[in-house]
Amino acid sequence: MITFDHVTKKYRTNIGLDDVSVHINKGDFVFLVGPSGAGKSTFIKLILKEINADEGTITVGDYEVSSLSNREIPMFRRKLGTVFQDFRLLPKKTVFENVAFAMEVLHKSPRQIRKQVPQILSLVGISDKAHKYPDELSAGEQQRVAIARAIVNNPQVLIADEPTGNLDPDTAWEIMDLLEQINLRGTTIVMVTHAKDIVDRMRKRVIAIENGHIVRDESGRYGYKGVESVE
Amino acid sequence: MSSLLYNIKQGFIQIFRNRGMSLASIFSIVAMLLILGLFFVITVNVNLFTEVVKQDYDQVEVFLLEETTNAEAQELMAKIKARDGVTDVVYRTKDDALEIMKQRWGESGYLLDSLGENPLPASILISVESLDNAGAVAAYAGTLEGVDDIQYYQETVEKLTRITDFLQIGAMVIMVFLVVVSVVVVSNTVKLTVFARSKEIEIMKYVGATNWFIRGPFMAEGVIIGILAALVSSGLIAFVYGKIVETVGAQVLAIVSCPLISVGYMTSNMVIIFLALGASIGAWGSLLSMRRFLDT
Repeated sequence: MITFDHVTKKYRTNIGLDDVSVHINKGDFVFLVGPSGAGKSTFIKLILKEINADEGTITVGDYEVSSLSNREIPMFRRKLGTVFQDFRLLPKKTVFENVAFAMEVLHKSPRQIRKQVPQILSLVGISDKAHKYPDELSAGEQQRVAIARAIVNNPQVLIADEPTGNLDPDTAWEIMDLLEQINLRGTTIVMVTHAKDIVDRMRKRVIAIENGHIVRDESGRYGYKGVESVE
Repeated sequence: MSSLLYNIKQGFIQIFRNRGMSLASIFSIVAMLLILGLFFVITVNVNLFTEVVKQDYDQVEVFLLEETTNAEAQELMAKIKARDGVTDVVYRTKDDALEIMKQRWGESGYLLDSLGENPLPASILISVESLDNAGAVAAYAGTLEGVDDIQYYQETVEKLTRITDFLQIGAMVIMVFLVVVSVVVVSNTVKLTVFARSKEIEIMKYVGATNWFIRGPFMAEGVIIGILAALVSSGLIAFVYGKIVETVGAQVLAIVSCPLISVGYMTSNMVIIFLALGASIGAWGSLLSMRRFLDT
C-alpha cells in the first residue's frame, strides 16, 4: 500500500529522513514511534505530499507520490484520511456539518450526504451529538467527529498524527478501539504516537525512527531505546 | 451550477463580514476607474473629432475670388487636374457652399436664411491621392490667377493624431499603475477572509478539494468587489458626462462642427469595459491573495 524506496529528505539545518526504505501492506495497522524531531512528521508529510522528497520514490496505492503534479494532489488526497492531535474541527459547524463538509468538498450529492453521514456518525458512536457544535463536546467526542470526517469518503489509508495526544487514558483507549474497528474494515492505518502503553498493548507493527533512520521495524512493543538519553 | 450560486453567496457573505475593507477596496477601484474613464471620454471624443476632420483630409479647398467667372474657374480646374497626385476636382458654387453649411448646422440652419446676400465664396475641391501631396498641390494652386485662399487639413489632422496618441499612451501607462495598485488592494482585502478561513482551507486540502473549489468563494468575493466598483464608477461618469453634454448643448456643438459621442453610446461601451476590468482586477486580486495558501 505504502512504499518508501531509498527516500531522503533534508532540511536546511538537519536531516528529516535519510535513505529510508519501508513497505506497509494493505490493511496493516502500523505505529510510527520515535523521539520528537526524529523524522516521524517528515514521514507523514511525505505521504500526504505536503513536502517533497529530495531523493527516492514513494508510492501510495496506485500513485507514485513523488511524481504527482500539483493538479493531481487533490485526487490523491481523496484516497487518504487524516486525523490530528488537535482534531481541527470547524467551530461554527455542527458535528453533522463538519462531516458533511468533507463530502460537499468532493461534490457529493445532498441525498448521498444525508444518507452517509448518519451511518458514519453511528459507526464512530456519536449519532446523538449530530447537531451539537464542537465546543459542546468532550475531547474524545471531538476526536470521534474528526475520525468520522476522515473516513466518510472511504479512504484506503488513514493517517493519524498522535490522535490520542490530547486525551485522557480511558478516552484514548476508546479511540484506539474505534481505529482498530476501522482497520478491520480494511483501511490501512499509520499512526504516529508517543503513547508507550497503547503501543505495547495493541501488539501491532511498530516502526521506530531516530535521527532520520528506521532503527527498528517489528511487531510488538514500543521499546526503542534511549528515548531519555537523546539530546 | 449550485456550486456557482454557493460561491456567489459566500462571496457576498464575506464582503459583508469584511465591509470596512471591502468598501475601501471598492473605493480605490472606483477612483482608478474614474481616472481611466476621464481619459476614455476625452480620447474617444478627440478620436471622433479627428475622424470628422479626416473625412476632409484628402482634400484641398481652393476659394476663388468674388470676381472669378465660371469660365475662368473651369480653366483653373483643368490646370489643377493636370497635376500629379490630383485624383479629382469638383466645382462648388456659392449656392452649393451655403446649402452644405445649412445641412451641417442642422436644426439651426434657418439662422442662415436671414443672411440676405450669400457671403460664402465659390471654391474648387481638389481630392489628392494622399495627405503628403496636399502641401504641394496647395502651393501650386496658390500661384494661380483668381485664387483667394487655400485651406487644407494636413496640419490639423497631424496635430490631432499626435494628441490622441499621447492620450492613449498616457492612459495606458496610468492604467497599468492603477490596475497593479487595485489588484494589490483587492488581494489584501480578500487575504483577510483567507486568513479568517485558513483552518477551513487546510481541512479542504486534506480532504482533497481541488484548488479551484477552494478558490471559488474567494474569487467570487474579489469579482463582486470589482463589479460593484465598475457599476459605481460607470454610473458616476455617465451622470457627469450626461450633464456636460446637456450643458454644452447639441446645437452649439453642431455649429462648431465638433460632435460629442452620445451619452448612451459612451455609457454602454464604458460599462462593458469597466465590468471586464473590475472583474479581472477582482479575480487577479483573489488569486494573488491565495497563492501562498495553495502552493502545496
